[in-house]
Amino acid sequence: MSGKEYRTITDVKGPLVFLNKTEPVAFGEIVQLRLNNGTMKNGQVLDTSDELVVVQVFEGTAGVDLNTGVKFMGDVFKLPVSDDLIGRILDGAGRPRDGGPDIVAEENADIIGAAINPYSRQSPHDFIQTGISAIDCCTTLVRGQKLPIFSASGLPHNDIALQIARQAKLKGSDEEFIVVFCAMGITAEEFNFFRSDLERTGALENAVLFVNLADDPAVERIITPRLALTAAEYLAFEKDYHVLVIYTDMTNYCDALRQIGAAREEVPGRRGYPGYMYTDLAMLYERAGIVKGKKGSITQFPILTMPGDDITHPIPDLSGYITEGQIVISRELHQAGIYPPINVLPSLSRLMGSCIGAKTTREDHKSVSDQMYAAYAQGRELRGLVAIVGEDALNERDKQLLDFSGVFEDKFLRQSRDEDRSIDETLDLCWTLMSDIDTKYLVRLDQKWIEKYHPDNRE
Amino acid sequence: MNNEGVIYRISGPVVTATGMEAGMYDVVRVGHEGLMGEVIELHGDKAVIQVYEDTSGIRPGEPVLNTRETLSVALGPGLLTQIYDGIQRPLATLEEVMGVFITRGVDADGFDMEKKWKFEATVSKGDEVVSGQVIGTVQETETIVHKIMVPPGKGGVVKAISSGDYNVTEDVCTLEDGTTMQMMQKWPVRTPRPYQQKYAPDTPLITGMRILDFLFPLAKGGAAGIPGPFGSGKTVTQQSLAKYSDAQIVVYIGCGERGNEMTEVLDEFPHLIDPNTGKPLMNRTVMIANTSNMPVAAREASVYTGITIAEYFRDMGYDVALMADSTSRWAEAMREISSRLEEMPGEEGYPAYLSSRIAEFYERAGRVQTLNGDDGSVTVIGAVSPPGGDISEPVSQGTLRIVKVFWGLDAGLARQRHFPAINWLGSYSLYPPSLDQWFRDNIAQDYPEIRTTISGLLQVEAELQEIVQLVGSDALPVDQQLTLEVARMIREYFLQQNGFHEVDAFCAVDLHYKMAKAILTFQESAKNAMAAGAELQDVVNVPARTDLMRGRFESTYKDEIDGLVEKMNEEIAAAVEEN
Repeated sequence: MSGKEYRTITDVKGPLVFLNKTEPVAFGEIVQLRLNNGTMKNGQVLDTSDELVVVQVFEGTAGVDLNTGVKFMGDVFKLPVSDDLIGRILDGAGRPRDGGPDIVAEENADIIGAAINPYSRQSPHDFIQTGISAIDCCTTLVRGQKLPIFSASGLPHNDIALQIARQAKLKGSDEEFIVVFCAMGITAEEFNFFRSDLERTGALENAVLFVNLADDPAVERIITPRLALTAAEYLAFEKDYHVLVIYTDMTNYCDALRQIGAAREEVPGRRGYPGYMYTDLAMLYERAGIVKGKKGSITQFPILTMPGDDITHPIPDLSGYITEGQIVISRELHQAGIYPPINVLPSLSRLMGSCIGAKTTREDHKSVSDQMYAAYAQGRELRGLVAIVGEDALNERDKQLLDFSGVFEDKFLRQSRDEDRSIDETLDLCWTLMSDIDTKYLVRLDQKWIEKYHPDNRE
Repeated sequence: MNNEGVIYRISGPVVTATGMEAGMYDVVRVGHEGLMGEVIELHGDKAVIQVYEDTSGIRPGEPVLNTRETLSVALGPGLLTQIYDGIQRPLATLEEVMGVFITRGVDADGFDMEKKWKFEATVSKGDEVVSGQVIGTVQETETIVHKIMVPPGKGGVVKAISSGDYNVTEDVCTLEDGTTMQMMQKWPVRTPRPYQQKYAPDTPLITGMRILDFLFPLAKGGAAGIPGPFGSGKTVTQQSLAKYSDAQIVVYIGCGERGNEMTEVLDEFPHLIDPNTGKPLMNRTVMIANTSNMPVAAREASVYTGITIAEYFRDMGYDVALMADSTSRWAEAMREISSRLEEMPGEEGYPAYLSSRIAEFYERAGRVQTLNGDDGSVTVIGAVSPPGGDISEPVSQGTLRIVKVFWGLDAGLARQRHFPAINWLGSYSLYPPSLDQWFRDNIAQDYPEIRTTISGLLQVEAELQEIVQLVGSDALPVDQQLTLEVARMIREYFLQQNGFHEVDAFCAVDLHYKMAKAILTFQESAKNAMAAGAELQDVVNVPARTDLMRGRFESTYKDEIDGLVEKMNEEIAAAVEEN
């Protein structure tokens, strides 16, 4: 039935086109629209029945009229995949954007992606060293994890993502990651920043970029991450690569989702976002992991900007329920001039327990991480008290903890954009900083690690 | 009867078929691939179907076949140790057939239909048997005897029955009226299994978590809700309950949650030892894993699949505990289907029938007299994931209206690394009045009074903390400073519990009673010592108290605690003399 062109459009509304009197059209089928001036647009079937077909047009419906030709392509959306993807820059619909040739397909992969059987997954347990102390020590990243960056407008999340992409490696291995980068609705300036950084460090040769910019059609953003993840799955599970997927900005993706929901007059959930947003996000985030019998892996770094810095907004909220932790960027730290401004207190890596310890990082890692966290948390709390009662009212322990919270931010968090600290350096740094606190207050440290690692007891 | 129709419309997981006679909840096969679906609405000639698999690529005009059965689960030997998706397809079988990614159009039996089990008849020829009566047994796992029961609605005089090796579909028993019985029976998931009567619960479900067992106990046959924002430890709590609660059978439903989390459970459970029997935990467990990216309609069905299996084991006379993590994902599945049906929404887009569905589900919990006169129970523990941690939303509210136990998880406590992060001021249990007799008889006469004293201290602490926030703790009178110290001891020594520590993860009731007593003993001795002139700091810092508190991580703690308390008392008394 492909080949037949219909001119039966009855309604056009936002990104949606409604048409009637067609042959049976498959749900999810790819659609081509030919405008009177010859422009081609692509779309996908959202709803199909004997009488009415609803098509979502990726490039927007500008110029579409009732005489526009509509052709059903007989298949669902597929991405041509092969090794050639590596080093390429594609647009948000998977077409070359770098002036290069089309991708020669080794196979065509369905972009929706099937769910991984939970029974076939393998628990992630390989420590990824990012070289950023706050992450390596407190919210340790594991290969196969999905760990989003919760940020907000005006914060340096892009720098952090790039630094991670540059520095991420398995401890004691120089095996490189393939970076799959997926831009959704970011500005050309931001994209150029990403591209030039990847170019400068040579990482572009080991990357695949899918780019939908702010002035590209919003609806296209719905498929961009699916293309990126399809490419990632192919490279990881067919070609044995370890893949790091960075996508930014999830907030733009969710807004596109809301736009389509509104055009379809769906019943909205919280703040106008569709009720199925949890499932929809899960279908992206859950495409991370390691599976039995395959060598590769997919690690995900979604970046989202929290509207109004509000962590309870539906986008970070639903993400947090699906992802395995979060790295929270703090405006307060950023304004204090600290890079990377990672607030470790609300940050969390749910898989951390499975990848730290003597065999992978170092035997004292858990103990050190708990103590650093506890001491910083107490120090931060004391800042509030000091504002009321003054520093003199504090006892000795509290004074030390208060001072420590400043040192923590200044020496532990702060590092330069190209500083790549090994996990040993990070942990040694922790010991040095903690030695300012009287040992008797460091109750979360195991005595045996104090004897072995405390600067007083080392040469 | 015309059981064949054609597809008229497809919208995501909702498909409309015409030209087919259908009843509500009939199971149908959709399209050329025969995808499994269920009729959920009828409009004249049109039947609206929710499909349990992805519908991409299906076209109007493809056939729909009505199987004339309602969505049912297979019940019989072989259920235990299984891991299912939402519609009782074993994930291991799916892996064999499809590989690591779940594709569609594959049918799989709930358990091995060929395996021979050793059936031992417990009735003989000429006996009269009634619905629910046990006619034989099968040793299903090392620890669990599977009782073969007369299916509800059947009964009569036994014409033939014999022990021996059978598979689950072979006839094991024939009645005079010609009815044959097999070891497997089917039951529609949306219909509760019948029982004679419900009893008031009077026995606690021991979870091994001090804060739950002591402050907010749950009865066998009761229902509990655990709401909490992300990262507050819902899943860890649920898993801990699955591991350590003293139920005989555990049904664990991972409903719309993370894939890696289920993998962790799957990796861990086979190696864990049940503290109550000393045998692998898996032997008593049935798992249902329908992760967040698996089809949404199957997620809707998963809780019903789980509770039907739980009721089946209850009917054998077992105490069953069911954990559903998370019921919010189940409610969201309902919302998603409802919005595809273009139903008029209730609050926050959820269907208007949300709260009645939640109530119906929790009402399937209970301690009952089974059809055969035995005593069995299903305890339901549902996690709730309120958006933004705000429990004023419809799923939390619908749950709180029906459950009698509320274990509220608190993001603030989780951030302070206080685990389990259950808020002791906001949580509640309505069971103590019916359970106190059990505690008096089995643990100690003054158990309820100790509980009242301890929770009273925590209340007082909360009030004092407000003052401390303003003026600092040094400004309080000494006796109130002592109260704060005692409350801190309750929090750090008693309420906090390390779910990953081999000893601390499970705490027996008699031990936690002793620990609670030890705290009150400390309070008493300290008060006396201070009245006799001792300094608060000296009393608080006696080394024996630290030993008492740290000792709980030792496996010998049960035998040592009395001695440690005594030593603490001596040292506190000595603090008076030093002054």
